[in-house]
Amino acid sequence: MLGRTANGLYWMFRYIERAENGARLIDAGLRMSLTRSEASEDDWDGVLQSAGVREIYDEVHEKLTSIDAIDFLLRDRANPSSVMSCIEAGRHNARMVRTALTRETWEATNECYLEMKAMLSKKARPADMPEIIDTIKRRAGLIRGAFHGTMLRNEIFNFSRIGTFIERADNTARILDVKYYVLLPAVAAVGSSMDNVQWESILRSVSAHRAYGWVYDVELRPANIADFLISNGRMPRSLAYCYEKIASNLGYLEREYGERHAAHETADRTLASLRSQSIKEIMDQGLHEYLEEFISHNNRLGQEISDGYRFN
Amino acid sequence: MVKNKGTTPLAFDEMMNADSSPRQPYSTYHDWYASQDRNRLIAKSKEAENIFRKTGITFAVYGHADSSEKLIPFDLIPRIISGREWRKLAQGIEQRVIALNAFLDDIYHKQEIIRAGRIPRELIEKNEAFLPQMIGFRPPGGVYTHIVGTDIVRTGEDQFYVLEDNARTPSGVSYMLENRETMMQMFPELFHQNRVRPVENYPYLLRQSLSSLAPPGCSGKPRVAVLTPGIYNSAYYEHAFLADQMGVELVEGSDLRVIDGKVKMRTTRGYEAIDVLYRRVDDDFLDPLTFRPDSALGIPGIMDVYRAGNITIANAPGTGISDDKAIYSYMPEIVEFYTGRKPLLENVPTWRCSEPQSLKYVLEHLEELVVKEVHGSGGYGMLVGPTATRKERAVFAEKLKSRPTNYIAQPTLSLSTVPILVNKGIAPRHVDLRPYVLVSDKVQIIPGGLTRVALKAGSLVVNSSQGGGTKDTWVLED
Repeated sequence: MLGRTANGLYWMFRYIERAENGARLIDAGLRMSLTRSEASEDDWDGVLQSAGVREIYDEVHEKLTSIDAIDFLLRDRANPSSVMSCIEAGRHNARMVRTALTRETWEATNECYLEMKAMLSKKARPADMPEIIDTIKRRAGLIRGAFHGTMLRNEIFNFSRIGTFIERADNTARILDVKYYVLLPAVAAVGSSMDNVQWESILRSVSAHRAYGWVYDVELRPANIADFLISNGRMPRSLAYCYEKIASNLGYLEREYGERHAAHETADRTLASLRSQSIKEIMDQGLHEYLEEFISHNNRLGQEISDGYRFN
Repeated sequence: MVKNKGTTPLAFDEMMNADSSPRQPYSTYHDWYASQDRNRLIAKSKEAENIFRKTGITFAVYGHADSSEKLIPFDLIPRIISGREWRKLAQGIEQRVIALNAFLDDIYHKQEIIRAGRIPRELIEKNEAFLPQMIGFRPPGGVYTHIVGTDIVRTGEDQFYVLEDNARTPSGVSYMLENRETMMQMFPELFHQNRVRPVENYPYLLRQSLSSLAPPGCSGKPRVAVLTPGIYNSAYYEHAFLADQMGVELVEGSDLRVIDGKVKMRTTRGYEAIDVLYRRVDDDFLDPLTFRPDSALGIPGIMDVYRAGNITIANAPGTGISDDKAIYSYMPEIVEFYTGRKPLLENVPTWRCSEPQSLKYVLEHLEELVVKEVHGSGGYGMLVGPTATRKERAVFAEKLKSRPTNYIAQPTLSLSTVPILVNKGIAPRHVDLRPYVLVSDKVQIIPGGLTRVALKAGSLVVNSSQGGGTKDTWVLED
């Protein structure tokens, strides 16, 4: 396969994942402002930070309002990580690698773009938000479904999956990092309604508020939340799960190509530490430091994959 | 009864006779059409548009701000050609394509046609499309034009003219294939009732044809790739489509490098050699070391690899000299010179404005003529005399006088019409036809092609960049 094609697939799936994650973040933000007696703009500050676009927001807007924040996260082209920017970039990459995609996967991607473009052509009214969020998730689901149902399990599949999980790991780590302080045992005034809202919002941002209850307890506990999102290999958005997938897809490439790169070492090492470290050890070591290091290693892995497989 | 609304009185209609009975090739279709509910057809027409949009069958129009991707309108009434009509066309096209290749081989070797005084030397050697780098070089298999798209117009029952030879990188074949696909999806019954010759195997034939002309040094299965200028090119969809259908890589210049005397592409496993490059990039941009130094689309050094016989480039660089509009006027002589026979298909009479006598005639008859740039394509920069305003003609006359060698002129042909579906039923619109031809050790003409149709009543301009549409083109088995 062409290095440029591998690059295009990797980014196509990173962007689609990012678009979907963006929709989830907005959803969690909306939910949080509903549960509050007084609407707090701080909530949106946290959402913008989780999306990694707080600074760009300030370049475009003078003050933080929920209306502006939602629009910025959803459809502002000035925000390269807005849902619409991501869908556009994902579709642009898909067009570039069209020959590597099944017709179903391409069409699902193209239709996602066409529908969202029409839907987001105007500023969204608050009343439209549920439908918009739902459409993004549904469209992303259709792309995923077409991809899983029709694509050959070959190198094309592997590069696409790697893109998805590098992006997802980055996203989960960021969400945790922005809110790390509410998970610290020392700060946590356990049981206060304020914390419950914050914790639930973390879980909602990764669509895990229901699953949490099945795996742990009904009661939200910071250490359990951190465990769920970092170490639990059954949770599809946890760091451990993402790295299982990254390592196994890199493993397929290694066997097929008969070649091992720096990326393989990095992924295997990260996976091993995710498997062996308990959440207590991580918390003791410092959650924030741990996540910061994880995010930077995750970025490095992306670069190593690009180098090893001649993306550019 | 099926009625054509607002007929163009003088044009030959391919579906309907003057007495409102259908012409023979359309008789089965006509019965079917008469039994259809018009609203259903209009709904189908919208459905077709959705299929095209969803599939992303789009093209870009240059010079428009918000036009990154446009659909080419598709009309669902097929253009139908009888087997007898097709055989005649195919023979004429084959003769012409053989002559084009012989002409190219001669021009880049002995130049006998010049020495025989049939073509002026300066017309060749001062022509930008003539590449001195090709002199004395013979491409693998002696084939210059691997893919040709001969533009044909019709003016009567038995009058066909070749309008252009398109021997560089003819586009549009993806529309031929997608139009057929769409028709078969929407109206399967029509393909039971009519014996329509298939076009679907074009990608297979193309790959086979390209592979058969791999360079002599190629061992094993030749590796074919399609070279595109990239995602912003107007025909990008087609490049991706053909690569996909052929099962070969779609590459850009930035993917390719010359290494150890071979052209290689950067893959996830390292650099791998390419044997046959179907390039959809113009000559000028192919090799910055040989042609335009500022080209970022090409591959530095590819011409050296080519001349060393280590890659096949399709079509060969320098083929533009054979479909140049100034050369076009000499095609009857060219066909006769190389095949020893009169051309089976007619040329449109052409005035070369470089000749003072002709220029004078053209300026005096602008309102009757179509004037085209010698190197232009896609309907850009041409004047359609009869429909232009007096002012447009005056402006164009000045351009003509200042650069006469840049123009040729032809009479306005009354192109045949085929009906299109409109809100009130059907209405005749002018069409042309581009069949696709593959050349290897044999000449294969795909039975069908791209029918372009002017959507405006009375308009003769069928180019998609100027608002034309397309139709599925049927060649019947008979």
